[in-house]
Amino acid sequence: MLNEANLNKVDELIKRYPEPRAALLPVLWIAQEQEGFISEKMMKHVGNLLHLSYSHILGVVTFYTMFYDKPHGKYHIEVCTNISCMLRGSDKILSTVKNYCGVKVGETSLDGKFTISEVECMGACNGAPMIAIGEDYFENLNEEKTLELLNNLSNNKTVKFSKNGNGDDDDDEEFGGGD
Amino acid sequence: MEMVMMTMMKNLEAEIKLEKLLLPNIQDYHLIDVYEKHGGYQALKKTLSLSTDDVINEIKKSNLRGRGGACFPTGLKWSFMPKSNSKPKYLAVNGDESEPGTFKDRYLFEFNPHLIIEGILIGCYAMGITTAYVYIRGEYEKWIKMFQKAVDDAYSKNYIGKNILGTNFSTNIFIHKGAGAYICGEESALMNSIEGDRGYPRVKPPFPAQIGLWGCPTTVNNIETMANIPLIINNGSEWYSKIGAQKHPGPILVGISGHVNKPGVYEVPTGILLTDLIYNYAGGVLGNKKIKALIPGGLSTMILRGDSIEGVSMDAESLKAAGSSVGTAGLIVMDEETDLIKVITRITKFYHHESCGQCTPCREGTGWMEKMLHRFENYNARPEDIDLLLDVANNIEGNTICALGDAAAWPVQSMIKRFREEFEKRVTDKVVVN
Repeated sequence: MLNEANLNKVDELIKRYPEPRAALLPVLWIAQEQEGFISEKMMKHVGNLLHLSYSHILGVVTFYTMFYDKPHGKYHIEVCTNISCMLRGSDKILSTVKNYCGVKVGETSLDGKFTISEVECMGACNGAPMIAIGEDYFENLNEEKTLELLNNLSNNKTVKFSKNGNGDDDDDEEFGGGD
Repeated sequence: MEMVMMTMMKNLEAEIKLEKLLLPNIQDYHLIDVYEKHGGYQALKKTLSLSTDDVINEIKKSNLRGRGGACFPTGLKWSFMPKSNSKPKYLAVNGDESEPGTFKDRYLFEFNPHLIIEGILIGCYAMGITTAYVYIRGEYEKWIKMFQKAVDDAYSKNYIGKNILGTNFSTNIFIHKGAGAYICGEESALMNSIEGDRGYPRVKPPFPAQIGLWGCPTTVNNIETMANIPLIINNGSEWYSKIGAQKHPGPILVGISGHVNKPGVYEVPTGILLTDLIYNYAGGVLGNKKIKALIPGGLSTMILRGDSIEGVSMDAESLKAAGSSVGTAGLIVMDEETDLIKVITRITKFYHHESCGQCTPCREGTGWMEKMLHRFENYNARPEDIDLLLDVANNIEGNTICALGDAAAWPVQSMIKRFREEFEKRVTDKVVVN
């Protein structure tokens, strides 16, 4: 169940809204951060905190793709295959990821390291094709870079060529290749 | 010869270096001190000395139109809010940015967050709002943190909070993080998501200005729309209304992706030619190929033929005349070798996945269209399937609570209308697959 620090956060979050129910999404985020996923037990616990039924919470958790009701691998590899990425070869990126991990989309590799998802546009079309892992975006990928990324993750090495964040540009072009 | 080329390139560079208002080239502009040093929060100070009517009128006169896709006049939207304070009023700022091909708000969160905050504060003052929620898609966790930092800094300098800058005006700004649902970019679904529900769009009317968040008057504005507000207050509506296209003025952030040499976000005045954007800003088509097709304003806008874009510009009027719309100004370029059947199948898969499931035409129709398009993709379609597909699309359009149904129908309708030969070829070409 939510630890004490997180319960305090919930109290703060509820104050932001005229009704406690509105804190549901932020509270589910906290729950998922703590446990890695949102179990049935956790949903009932959150229901008690916000005076909501389990069915309502289950409905919300399963509606939003970023909430997980099952545990995921250590790294959740989200490959964008929407149009901008597709035009720049996301098919090859996805098959590279699938071959490397030895599982299909939606599955977790046997070592528990990787879960693969095919996702819709992540808002990084200037860096297509791209993969998101957690909050990090890996852009302008090709098969070699994708393999390097996966290898580094497998060997717990620092992962390079993440191209976002203030002043973190690895080239001299501003705004993702603009002007 | 080389000299001539170089001079030409120089001229081109000079031509496209217009003053940047939304994403200025100033080092560390995202930091509050730097923002203040360059005139930041002056618009807020000016606003606090004006009457609320004056502020709304100024926005009306500027002809600013929303940057979230519908191009609705912002000042008019603000004027719909009741004057009475008998109920709390809310502002919901839409940073869901999930329209495929769109990535502009991300740049504002990263490089100019205080401009957004200043715009929100001006809006709150003008409409008598004391709480604003900024809804940001969950995938943008990194940018949520950046924006939260900016909000915290603005609180610490009393630009946000109680008795702002010593006046009676008080307002809070809270970030509400989404969790992965395209539909939450639709304003009423966004409100349900803030209230702790599934992102189901609401039937309109009543409009948000009458019954919005928790049954109270609410205005929903896009992030980029908010970022335009301080520019208008600082420089006046007359100045603003003269930038770019007369009926749809102002600077606009255009995201260009697909088969171009330099994909990116470009700040330009509205009314700029699409060819200028593609060939000058984005450096032309990869491998100097021809453009077969183009989506001008994010996936939901009607697809255009590459040979029909001469003279068409990035503004509501011009794109409407060309048979499409500005949407979120997310321009996706497809070269002559693109398999458009594969493209439209993927587009339709997206809408099928993102349909919230409330309305039968959208929930079922998007699935049927996807299945039929897979038949085309796999060379298994019958000749009559082209019109059958069109019939399904026509029966979704206009028959749903929200515009997602229309957004799913338009790409299919426009693809069949403008590239029927691609469908016909897919029927006659019987390629053996496996």
